[in-house]
Amino acid sequence: MNRKWTVALTSAAVTALALAGCSSDLPDTGSGGTSTTSGAKDAKKSEFFDQAEYERQLKFRSAKGVDLDGENAQFKPWQQALDPKLVDTAKFAKPGGGYHLCFSNASVDNPWRQVGFKTMQEEVKLHPEITKFSVLDAEAKDDKQISDIQSFASQGCSALIVSPNTTATLTPAVEAACKTGVPVIVFDRGVKTNCPVTFIHPIGGFAFGADGAEFLKEKVPSGGKVLALRILPGVDVLEQRWAAANEIFAGSGLKIVGVEFTDGDAAKTKSIVNDYIQREGKIDGVWMDAGATAVAAVEAFQDAGSALPAIVGEDQQDFLRMWAKEKLTAVAPTYPTYQWRTPVIAALRILNGKQVPQEWVLPQPKVTQDTLQNYIKEDMPPLHYAMCGCDQMPGYPAPWK
Amino acid sequence: MTWKPRLADGTAPVLVVLVVLLVALAFAGPAYSEPAGYLALLKRAAPLVILAIGQYFVVVSGGFDLSVGSLVTAEVVIAARLISGDDGNTWWVIAVLLGFGVLVGLVNGLITTKLLVPSFIVTLGMLLVLDGAVFLWTGGAPRGALSPSFRVFGRGAVDVPVLGAVPWSVLILLAVLVGAVLFMRGGTGRTLIAVGDNENAVRLAGGRVHRLRLLAFVLSGVLAALAAILLAGFAGVSAQVGQGLEFRAITAVVLGGVLLGGGRGSVVAAAAGALSLEALFSLLNLVGVSGALESAVQGVIIIAAVAYAAHGAGLRRAFKRRAAPALP
Repeated sequence: MNRKWTVALTSAAVTALALAGCSSDLPDTGSGGTSTTSGAKDAKKSEFFDQAEYERQLKFRSAKGVDLDGENAQFKPWQQALDPKLVDTAKFAKPGGGYHLCFSNASVDNPWRQVGFKTMQEEVKLHPEITKFSVLDAEAKDDKQISDIQSFASQGCSALIVSPNTTATLTPAVEAACKTGVPVIVFDRGVKTNCPVTFIHPIGGFAFGADGAEFLKEKVPSGGKVLALRILPGVDVLEQRWAAANEIFAGSGLKIVGVEFTDGDAAKTKSIVNDYIQREGKIDGVWMDAGATAVAAVEAFQDAGSALPAIVGEDQQDFLRMWAKEKLTAVAPTYPTYQWRTPVIAALRILNGKQVPQEWVLPQPKVTQDTLQNYIKEDMPPLHYAMCGCDQMPGYPAPWK
Repeated sequence: MTWKPRLADGTAPVLVVLVVLLVALAFAGPAYSEPAGYLALLKRAAPLVILAIGQYFVVVSGGFDLSVGSLVTAEVVIAARLISGDDGNTWWVIAVLLGFGVLVGLVNGLITTKLLVPSFIVTLGMLLVLDGAVFLWTGGAPRGALSPSFRVFGRGAVDVPVLGAVPWSVLILLAVLVGAVLFMRGGTGRTLIAVGDNENAVRLAGGRVHRLRLLAFVLSGVLAALAAILLAGFAGVSAQVGQGLEFRAITAVVLGGVLLGGGRGSVVAAAAGALSLEALFSLLNLVGVSGALESAVQGVIIIAAVAYAAHGAGLRRAFKRRAAPALP
């Protein structure tokens, strides 16, 4: 093989390597990240820490949800709103049914979004007054979502639901959609404008991160070693999770032996945890900003023959089952997938001229030892999210399998 | 005649790098003062080393196999779906997985040799096809589950006298490595290298160039399947498991001094390259270097190793010429 070819092939390989680096930049974590980029942050005080918002979210955790119709909706958290400020929607009223609901979805490229989207589709089926449900999948591309939203403008939508791919880039597109006079409902990730009729989301990242950190503070004796595993930097809800945990760990007497990014990759998680077990001898607690790799982390302890730590997971079936089977000391904060039901409910309220909260904050429960058994569904796939609010729906469980 | 260790040209540097890294590990982490630490490292590295051996066959014969990463992902997703948690399904599914690896290798090889599309393009296409197919089939979230008996190969260990518990993956890796070394020392292996060096010469000498190329791709496919079985066993189901593995395997091969473009390099060096890469990542982790550096380090290695390969040999030759004045 001559020199010229070698050089050509090598440069091609290097270019490809660089490209691969780019494409794996932001494996969407699903847990509702608005991906604003930021520089690397250290473990001190996060630039994402916002004292007022932090306190607001922690307070929300004990707030009682209000059912807008005054029904007893204790078991329907997707219909509840925390501390709602209602807005008038009379100008959008279009009673009589025959609605065409349009939905611009950021993507369905991870289990969280899949479970959510199926739940949303089943919710639509519950309402015969919705005669048409159009969905465009942006495949995690901002530019595609912008054109998706534009194309809905000419399709005669009664209401437009948007789950934005990223915050800043999608803001003008949502503003343009608001100007067409169609009621716009944003959920999951936000946009930087108040023009949508309502913005629906669970409490938020600070509350999620705090739920896990407080649990470890309670279960791990003072001086115990805690390993923090994060998926990736720069996604604001994930940054908020760590910022809250960092705040709580700061005065706790716990020793944070490491803060590592796993890319959400099980093999990498196992390697990292294994290295830390070898380095520290014993790890007493594992904090995570998302539980997708919690099972891999526990397996690393099992394979190393170490005592299992107190661990923070999420409401995925594989983790819940392992929790019960191995009698883990665990907690599972959630970013509930039932929030995908709410935009449909909100759209119908708006079209009927009923008030909705301007910011519709949904309860964000956590799975604890006491409630664990309620959420384990042995016949569901391992990556199914238990907090889907779907198990009483007519089609359950077939669409989620 | 005195016995000389038969290390192929370019094997020594990577072995030096590997030893340096292993010694550094012993200083960085207390766990590496015992065999157990190194066994754990080997267990973790086994899938990548096996992938690198597969990649070596293709690279040394003058090609590239960029499809192995997405092939690994596809295999893991298929395994979870077909096994769906039932131990009874383990064995036939393993057979299906290996068969699928052979099939993908055959397609890559046939298109490269019969349709004369450069392997870089063929396997890049295969990468996209497999990625798309996996996404279409799973919608992004794999379904089903692996059985405990399937996961044994990636997680479990067997008791071996003296050494204690040796992970299955380490034993499988050793078997593959020994097989690969024997193959490369045989006639077919030598001709494979010759194909990478000068395809026309091999053809004129009566060698079946196409068949050898095809064989390299099939070996790469089947070893990728094997790596997928070990990886799935090690870490469980995930739709991202293979992401970037093709570049890691190529980095490992290059680090082992194997010439991109083919014709030079040993399989032992490629394996050592993969192990060095894994040891390096462990070391970075142990000394507290951010994971974000991994990609950067990989990039620097690939550039530095190729630069060394391009100039190192020339420098050595020049040195030899000066040291030993030429005979007339």
